[in-house]
Amino acid sequence: MNGIHDLGGMTCFGPIVREDDEPVFHSDWERRVFAMNMLSMGQFGSLDQARHAIERMDPAAYLSTSYYEHWLAGIEILGRDSGLLMDAEIASGRSEHTSTPSRPPLDPEFVDAMVRSGSPSTRPVSRRPTFDVGDSVRARNLDVRGHTRLPRYVRGKRGVVSAVHGTHVFPDTSAHGLGENPQPLYNVRFEADELWGDNLARRDCVHIDLWEDYLEASPVEGRSHEQ
Amino acid sequence: MSNDHDNDHDHDHGGPPNPYHAASRSDDENRALEERVGRIESLLLEKGLVRQDALDRIADIYENDLGPMNGAKVVARAWVDAAFKQRLLEDASAAIGELGYGGLQGEHMVVVENTPEVHNVVVCTLCSCYPWPVLGLPPAWYKSPAYRSRVVIDPRSVLEEFGTAVDDDVEVRVWDSSAEIRYLVLPERPTGTETLTEDQLAELVERDAMIGVTRVAAP
Repeated sequence: MNGIHDLGGMTCFGPIVREDDEPVFHSDWERRVFAMNMLSMGQFGSLDQARHAIERMDPAAYLSTSYYEHWLAGIEILGRDSGLLMDAEIASGRSEHTSTPSRPPLDPEFVDAMVRSGSPSTRPVSRRPTFDVGDSVRARNLDVRGHTRLPRYVRGKRGVVSAVHGTHVFPDTSAHGLGENPQPLYNVRFEADELWGDNLARRDCVHIDLWEDYLEASPVEGRSHEQ
Repeated sequence: MSNDHDNDHDHDHGGPPNPYHAASRSDDENRALEERVGRIESLLLEKGLVRQDALDRIADIYENDLGPMNGAKVVARAWVDAAFKQRLLEDASAAIGELGYGGLQGEHMVVVENTPEVHNVVVCTLCSCYPWPVLGLPPAWYKSPAYRSRVVIDPRSVLEEFGTAVDDDVEVRVWDSSAEIRYLVLPERPTGTETLTEDQLAELVERDAMIGVTRVAAP
């Protein structure tokens, strides 16, 4: 979706504000939101579903609330979507219906193992990569109304494949319960003047990871940069 | 979704309010958030979706066990051990695993090396993806709209704000973490550190240099 979370390339947010000696959590509620989000995600949905929940926040609220408030909103949205929480319960904090969790709650030993081993997004499925390092590609100009990791700023732009990362779960389907649809993931290099315009002198670039369904082959003529 | 608190914060710069700081949350707002969080927490506990001891455990891990000291050890090792550095640049997850780090949000690591010709800087424009096993949880500025929006289009102005001047003939590469690949910058080893031990080198390496917004300063 063309949501407010897709911030790349905007220049209207002013200077970057840094804090000296910033704590990991600024207040206790941030710590508790972090912990709840990490442990409830498996009950409510996947990481992709959790990201998409935050993307569906009210855009004004998204910009005017902090990161852990995004996570809190995400827990509430996913809890509702999964049918495990009801609006009235979220408002009151008291359980008013019996819901059946998909699994027992995680114990501390499982938490340790989960942090240690992680949750790789690679899959053994072999969909042969169409593109190779050095290939010219174009990010497709797609109007995706659901979750996608194809930011607006690369759509329709031409770049060059700089790495092939293997076969990864596709977030556009995973976020909507439509299957993992694992497919080749590439790193693509885009020159700054291709992305942002050539009216300013630029010699920098952006590298971004894009799934095969986001890409199409691109003819090389007309490029102003050698690779 | 509904937003049950006031958005009209005070702010002291030109853009929209930047609430990513404790200072921009009033006591009333923090109280309201504590209550909202308390309600959802009791609900999850009562429904048997989460356990209190597990909640405490995961917060403890990320507050106390993981942080940029891990990444600093990776960088220092790469500076003193050329074979390790080569493995790190070829298969970062495996090389970082040699030092005992890895796992959640670091399953697929890539290390990018700063050189006299190339300066790398890392962002996640769509959310706030970050290599947790080697850097811990990200600072608030990394998650802010100001950083996420501007570093891709105008990285040099962002680096300047961090006090990092990059010569015109140096290429700036911005790495946008749009998938599950997590990036760590291998900064240049400062001159004058030839006699330092690996442990002493690790103490020089700060978080921001491994994100790529600063360099490692000589001692």
